[in-house]
Amino acid sequence: MIDFIARRLVAIIPVLAVVAIFVFLMLRLTPGDPAAVIAGDNATSDQIDLIRAKLGLDLPIWQQFIIWIGDILRGNLGESFFFKKTVVELIAQRLQPTLALSICTLIIAVATAVPLGVLAAYRHGSLLDRVVMGFSVMGFSLPTFVIGYCLIYVFAIDLDWLPVQGYTRIEVDFWGFISHIILPSITLGIIYVALIARITRASVLEVLNEDYIRTARAKGLSNRVVLMRHALRNAAVPILTVIGIGVALLIGGAVVTETVYGLPGLGRLTVEAVLSRDFPTIQAVILMFSVVYVVINLLIDISYTLFDPRIRY
Amino acid sequence: MSSDTTPVLEVKNLSVALPPGGDRTNAVDKVSFTVKPGEIVCLVGESGSGKSVIAFTIMGLLAKALRPVSGEILLQGENVLAANEERLRELRCTRMSMIFQEPMTALNPVMTCGDQIDEVLSTHTKLDAAQRKAKIIGILTRVKLPEPERIYASFPHQLSGGQRQRIMIAMALVLDPVLLIADEPTTALDVTTQAEILKLIAELQGSQGTGVLFITHDFGVVAEIARRVAVLRWGELVEMGPTEQILSRPQQAYTRMLISSVPSIHPVHRGVRLEKETVLRTEKLGKTYSAKSFFQKARVVKAAVDVDLDIRRGETLGIVGESGSGKSTVARCIARLIDPTEGKVFLGTTEIATISPSRLRPHRRRVQIVFQDPYRSLNPRITVGDSIVEGPMNFGLKRDEALGRARKLMETVQLDPNALDRYPHQFSGGQRQRICIARALAMEPELLIADEAVSALDVSVQKQVLGLLDEIRQRLNLAVLFITHDLRVAAQICDYVAVMSQGRVVEYGAAEQVFSAPKHAYTKSLFAAAPGRNWEFGKFAAA
Repeated sequence: MIDFIARRLVAIIPVLAVVAIFVFLMLRLTPGDPAAVIAGDNATSDQIDLIRAKLGLDLPIWQQFIIWIGDILRGNLGESFFFKKTVVELIAQRLQPTLALSICTLIIAVATAVPLGVLAAYRHGSLLDRVVMGFSVMGFSLPTFVIGYCLIYVFAIDLDWLPVQGYTRIEVDFWGFISHIILPSITLGIIYVALIARITRASVLEVLNEDYIRTARAKGLSNRVVLMRHALRNAAVPILTVIGIGVALLIGGAVVTETVYGLPGLGRLTVEAVLSRDFPTIQAVILMFSVVYVVINLLIDISYTLFDPRIRY
Repeated sequence: MSSDTTPVLEVKNLSVALPPGGDRTNAVDKVSFTVKPGEIVCLVGESGSGKSVIAFTIMGLLAKALRPVSGEILLQGENVLAANEERLRELRCTRMSMIFQEPMTALNPVMTCGDQIDEVLSTHTKLDAAQRKAKIIGILTRVKLPEPERIYASFPHQLSGGQRQRIMIAMALVLDPVLLIADEPTTALDVTTQAEILKLIAELQGSQGTGVLFITHDFGVVAEIARRVAVLRWGELVEMGPTEQILSRPQQAYTRMLISSVPSIHPVHRGVRLEKETVLRTEKLGKTYSAKSFFQKARVVKAAVDVDLDIRRGETLGIVGESGSGKSTVARCIARLIDPTEGKVFLGTTEIATISPSRLRPHRRRVQIVFQDPYRSLNPRITVGDSIVEGPMNFGLKRDEALGRARKLMETVQLDPNALDRYPHQFSGGQRQRICIARALAMEPELLIADEAVSALDVSVQKQVLGLLDEIRQRLNLAVLFITHDLRVAAQICDYVAVMSQGRVVEYGAAEQVFSAPKHAYTKSLFAAAPGRNWEFGKFAAA
């Protein structure tokens, strides 16, 4: 087990190396000059050259790459071209909204989807099953921004229960934080509810046909115990896998949701950085996301062993 | 004793309806029988006879599509057909328990065995944790599991099939129910394990006076364990009576046919070997599996070691052994479905164990296999005709010629040649196995390997397929390698027998000789464990 974790952590290094090279080259090869963006519309070409030299963008690409990698290895992610702050500061500032959004989304999604999926499997073919499955098709089909604006219209504008946009930091005002994060989380969560409910239904349905479920019923256990203790735990591995993939995809979904609700999170930071050709910020954010992906996948693999004793690493 | 006269189970006039559109209206049709305390009653029948449906109806575990339509099931006088779901749950495991065919899948893989038994106690009793633990250790000891404490904490996958079935029995009997329903509990087990489990069930029920309803298709098991026997066919009770009477003086033609289909354990006389031409010879054949691991020492499993066999034209060599003995590994090495790690395999004069895949390809035609499960070895999406002609066409035969050959072969295996354009699901299990044989023969092989080819079939069908195989062997002067776990089948079809245990051939000789005077201790234990070995089935006394 320790071997397994160590090997997986070591495996992050080549992944990051490939991501680093790829991101670096992609950014330099796409059109758009950060110096021109910073200098503004009325700058002369001399001014732009000056800015370019200051940022080190006049050096050959391979030299720029070596300087950047050297900095990263020393723990320095560089300084944003655009925001005039170190990238570390920037990320620290923007981390909380995204983290809060992801965690709330995940809680909402898992807490609704798993029970719905189990119920749909238990009563498969019933009206409830069809409603749940119909809802999940809808959840897949509606784009996040459509759901977002619909929810804003109903709950923020029409009923006036919740704020339309913006963010309150958790340490400033807890209830304010909740009121700001709840709609974005539901918006982002709907597609995951759909996804997780479907996979839960499918895997529980499969497990319900197993011989040991018949044994459990022959023991005189109640339906609830049969479902929760015997069926769900055996169905856990595919459900966990989908939740894991979901967490990784959340970050992508967060970009749109943060834009719709005006949350100052990493998703919006990424969009802003891309639009202003802020190379150090883009590179750092993407590297960080890669680390998060790999670590999440590792955590999912480890969590399998908690549910299924036959899996050993 | 007065309790001896009141049955624990009375099934009266029970009918269970099949969903509309089935091949008959009732899965079970007006069946009545009783089980008295301390008595083992066997329900015997071929697949589809309704025996399992009766068991599930008693437990209230019927699939929703099946519905009891008439009759009563009295458990100590209480009609369980009229009981609601809650009452049924109370009765399960306290008064009636059930054990199943597949111990491999009947236990929850993610819970420890101890916890699974504990569930029964915490659901049905008010015992505290320490009392429950003591009771579980007690029952684990009674079912003769070694180191009950360790078994308590083990997960099912850490135990053998026989041990898992003991866990199931422990779970079923921990609350001393009056009725135990055993649905083919030993069918998936090896003969020696089967003998132990049968003995255990008989012992436990004898000491507690439990009534047992034992479902089986195997007359050997019936002879071994039953006091009374009920024979079922198509959901109807054909005949019921004391075991001795049913086995030796059956009244009904169907019962007679069924019992006389059971292969005899005494081999048929085959005469002396005249044939000189060797079709297949193996020399020190071996297969070793090793799981490589980066940090730990590699785990090595020797599936086959130093196997020397030879088969001549027109002969059948049987490889007999329990699961894990390496018999299928040897068959697969011979067909080069897997690569042997040691030794040589000569097909005629060609050595095929080590030649490259491209040079092996032309020789593939010469060895063909018929597998165990006819339901899974035919591609369900293509017609049986296409399945049969695919091989010959790969070897260059034109479609017309291949189809012509397929039609002839359908006659050889006694099927209608016009059925070639049908799909596998339109055939019964026995018919599908005939199709598999036709498919193998279409390649005009020199060696036919039958890997447990009749094990999944009902006895009456098994008898026909065995007869067919033997007839084809004679007619085509074919060499046959017959892999089986069933000594009775081996006795009927083999000229020579190799007994395998733990990857090695422990005894090898003419079938008559091995069966009449086994030399090796393992062979002897195998014969001693064969159920019903003292019965000569089908030799009926005058009625």
